Amino acid sequence: MTSTTYTLTHDNLNALLRALVAAGKQLHAPQRVGPKVFFKPVNDAATIVFDYVQTAESPKSLLFPKAEFLVSYRQNSEGMVVTDHLQKEIPEMILFGSRPCDAAALSRFVQFFADGHADAMVTQRRRALTIISMSCIASDPACFCTSCGSSPGDTTGSDLLLTPISNGRYLVDVVTEKGQSLVAANEALFEQAPTIVKDSYLATVEAVFTPEEITKRLATSFNDPIWKNASLRCIGCGACAYVCPTCSCFTIEDEGNDRTGDRLRCWDSCAFALFTVHTTGHNPRPTQTERWRQRVMHKFSYLPETNHFLGCVGCGRCSRACPADMNLKEQIIAIAELLPAIG
Amino acid sequence: MQSLQHKAAELLGSNRASVVIGYAEGSDGRVRPHFARTNDDAKALVWDQRCKQNLAVYLTKHEIKEMGPAAIIASPAVVRTIVQMASEQQFVRSFPITLVVDNDQVTELNDGPSLEAFATSHPVLFPSHVTKEVEDLAAMSVADRFAFWQEEFSRCFKCYACRSACPLCYCTKCITESNQPQWVTVAPHALGNFEWHLNRAMHLAGRCIQCGSCTLACPAGIPIALLTIEASNIVQREFGYQPGIKADAPAALSSFRVEDKEAFIR
Repeated sequence: MTSTTYTLTHDNLNALLRALVAAGKQLHAPQRVGPKVFFKPVNDAATIVFDYVQTAESPKSLLFPKAEFLVSYRQNSEGMVVTDHLQKEIPEMILFGSRPCDAAALSRFVQFFADGHADAMVTQRRRALTIISMSCIASDPACFCTSCGSSPGDTTGSDLLLTPISNGRYLVDVVTEKGQSLVAANEALFEQAPTIVKDSYLATVEAVFTPEEITKRLATSFNDPIWKNASLRCIGCGACAYVCPTCSCFTIEDEGNDRTGDRLRCWDSCAFALFTVHTTGHNPRPTQTERWRQRVMHKFSYLPETNHFLGCVGCGRCSRACPADMNLKEQIIAIAELLPAIG
Repeated sequence: MQSLQHKAAELLGSNRASVVIGYAEGSDGRVRPHFARTNDDAKALVWDQRCKQNLAVYLTKHEIKEMGPAAIIASPAVVRTIVQMASEQQFVRSFPITLVVDNDQVTELNDGPSLEAFATSHPVLFPSHVTKEVEDLAAMSVADRFAFWQEEFSRCFKCYACRSACPLCYCTKCITESNQPQWVTVAPHALGNFEWHLNRAMHLAGRCIQCGSCTLACPAGIPIALLTIEASNIVQREFGYQPGIKADAPAALSSFRVEDKEAFIR
């Protein structure tokens, strides 16, 4: 869809956010907690922050909560009452302040869960969600979106994309019909845009590898000794997977007893030993070497081959969050250098 | 720094150590764990104020253990960790070669008495705001403290970085991974998060040497160390036991003294 553009002043943006909160919409936006910034439900639009490169946690929990109830049962005097949480209506949600890489990640996330048997929870939640992203005018050394098919002004996956331009104004890319209806409902706040070249306002993120080449090189790397050295300092936590906007692994947990209980879907991570351990005690990924290899291979080899998209958007969260400074960007560059090039 | 690099090269060259666990420059001004196995590797070793994450966590890692005898560059917190691990029988044959650096002077601590002497004379110093946070929390009403942790734990998604970064969380099977019976609720909802963090705090009560690595590691910015620091403070107050000081000390919460001040236990 060809995008139409508007401009919006910072004051009008704040007015829009206040109006959304006042209208009782579930607005999730960047807010500060200590030194970090998180997407959190907004009660007061004044708490929304704009001066961050990237939030600590990705916005994926809006589509894929860290603990999601699937089915519950409760025994009462009438008998057993079973609740299928799939049948519950998902309230309308608005995500504000996601970066273009986040929106691109969520679109890949939705695509992943729609392949084959579509996941009802994720698709319903995406339908209920409007994404207002904010282009990047600043980046940091962990960023590598331009190596992963996104960019600081990428409109992919957003419904509206705002780009800060001069004089406290934003250029508004209307990307989808959902975005258009949000503009239409608040028409007075927006102005028709003159022709503005957005690129000059955007952060420059240098491309450091081509994903197609990485995918090719990884295809024959499974038994390569590089993985052992690369993963030595990995301590085996799930921080990288849980801050990642595309990591989608989950586990099904049952809680309760014969009278009351719940079945939940919870995040899981390939960095954990327990992730692959068999009931026999055998673990096909016995050490962090195999687990780290799985993480890189899934994103840069398996997903491109099976689902035709890269499992990484270069948001850099894993590198910033890693207690052992694993730095994914650096590791991928090293793979490009170390592994033999093939035809 | 140079004397440290020389010492590491010497240990590797004489085959006394197969690997020297230390720090090297990392990304964007950070330092990262580094495993020197060659002369060249040793040249990359750095040691300064940025080296905070507790390296003792690697002493029990399979891939490091299989390299052979290890040397480790140790802050006072790491020395205490090694003493505490020794008291928990984590070093079967010998201690790792423990290198402490003072004014570019490298000293080897190779046995219980020298480690204990260093641990006793070098307190673990965490930032002063942590001491204040511990005190503030202790002074809160139970309801306020509960509200504080409820808010903090709301961001926990159970990535277990706290556990992975903790050298004293060395269990090969953690209680949270047991499902017959299921001791700890797995889901990262309010109940599951409380169960996890309280279980971990209780398992580290009287064992936590207060290095703060769990807080440093937490991607959600939860000050987790406040729990185990306070738990250790309580154990010290009530049982007179300080972890990481005596390599042959019995564990505070699983040993019995005839002269215990509590009558009910006798």
